[in-house]
Amino acid sequence: MQKYSIFNLIKNAFSGHQKWDLAWKDATPKKEYDVVIIGGGGHGLATAYYLAKEHNITNVAIIEKGWLGGGNMGRNTTIIRSNYMHDDNALFSEFGMDLWRKMSQDLNYNVMFSPRGIINLAHSDAQMNVFARRGNSMRLNGIDAVLLNREEVKEIIPMADFSDNVRFPIFGGLMQPSAGTARHDAVAWGYARQADSMGVDIIQNCEVTGFDVVGGKIQGVRTSRGDIKVKKIGLCVAGSTNILAEKLNMTIPVETHLLQACVTEPVKPVLDSVVTFGAGHFYISQSDKGEMVMGGDLDGYNSYAQRGNLPTLQHVLTEGIAMMPFLSKLKMLRTWGGIMDMSMDGSPIIDKTHIEGLYLNCGWCYGGFKATPASGWTFAHTIAQDRVHKLNEGYSLSRFNTGHLLDEKGLGTKTWIS
Amino acid sequence: MLHIKCPHCGMRSQNEFSYGGDATVKRPELNKEISDQDWDNFVYYRKSLRGKHKELWQHISGCRQWIKVERDTATHEIFKTVKAHEDI
Repeated sequence: MQKYSIFNLIKNAFSGHQKWDLAWKDATPKKEYDVVIIGGGGHGLATAYYLAKEHNITNVAIIEKGWLGGGNMGRNTTIIRSNYMHDDNALFSEFGMDLWRKMSQDLNYNVMFSPRGIINLAHSDAQMNVFARRGNSMRLNGIDAVLLNREEVKEIIPMADFSDNVRFPIFGGLMQPSAGTARHDAVAWGYARQADSMGVDIIQNCEVTGFDVVGGKIQGVRTSRGDIKVKKIGLCVAGSTNILAEKLNMTIPVETHLLQACVTEPVKPVLDSVVTFGAGHFYISQSDKGEMVMGGDLDGYNSYAQRGNLPTLQHVLTEGIAMMPFLSKLKMLRTWGGIMDMSMDGSPIIDKTHIEGLYLNCGWCYGGFKATPASGWTFAHTIAQDRVHKLNEGYSLSRFNTGHLLDEKGLGTKTWIS
Repeated sequence: MLHIKCPHCGMRSQNEFSYGGDATVKRPELNKEISDQDWDNFVYYRKSLRGKHKELWQHISGCRQWIKVERDTATHEIFKTVKAHEDI
């Protein structure tokens, strides 16, 4: 594989950048693989990469119905954080933060990881208490957390509404300085390029139509481009998990919902951290191009539409304008939607299943993008070793039967309620 | 925006309604011996179909009645709405 470097950049400039190698080849499916990953998004690509890199399993195919990174990997708001209270979530996410920090070097691909910090705003004394508790839990797990008072928040985001007569005054906030953003497409492309170079077949425009399960064991997968013999299959299909579960006669503790995001026209640098509104569900950051990237609540009812409805968007942006009034002067450039695999306790599932050779990675709710490296790493371990890693022990499928829920937000089973 | 025909009030905009989830799940009967698995299925496990989906909505800013709606989860087309106690 051609290394990306300043020298290669200069060298290729002489040939007008016409002679770069393809970043990855467009593979056609073989008859048999050791492992098939279904879903060519961030998690699937990362899983294939770590299977090859950490476990020397390279006879791997990634099957993608659409195009690489075209699902939620291309639709998220690029936020990376590990500001969780529960140990399982915190340790998993912080392991991921380490992978994020090293990712550009590891993949030889600039993923533009920008640890600009995230601030969760608090709008009451009670919320400050809750944030202090969460911050302390984070610090006990070795994650950086700073409780900011109103004046400290004002120094970082002076453009927010600090006037006296607002409905939700800013009391302070909890900041994780090491959190940030990354270029989401680059993450998918970086993983794809490295996985491909180690022998992984990336097969796009290939839809899974069924599974061959004999005696409770995976024997193969049927696709729109032919049948493939395989003993181990990893599902990384986010919002399509329920569709594939139905083909496997499985019912899973996940519902599929739609989440919208949007960007404004690009403006000059104004916001240099990620900020979330504490009295509702709204988050904002500014992209390197200058667009204000925003998101918030789910549309609130089961949906596979990949496009949203206006009432939710209006609701979310009302929160945004309440928090940062200058947003009302900006024009909306794009809005879009992605379909989320909302698990019943708000935490993901990375586990084996009752079918031998079938591994499940789903339930990412709002937090799939930031989990990309840690999810891929632990899922690769789970598939390769046929047992879960300590980091994803808490993300078991059986927790919904045993009662060991990871209810980070305390929303109960209706995680889609807004 | 969805337009939902409340069987009590007529056609109203989505803004007046609150979503209540899958209408096909049934709470296990009272005073009857049931397994843990039955409870788990009721509380956590959902088909979340792509296509026709039977679901509960509450006309929260209207008559406040719960209703059943059959809607396509991919196109949002609404086929039928009935009162909560009626079969869809």
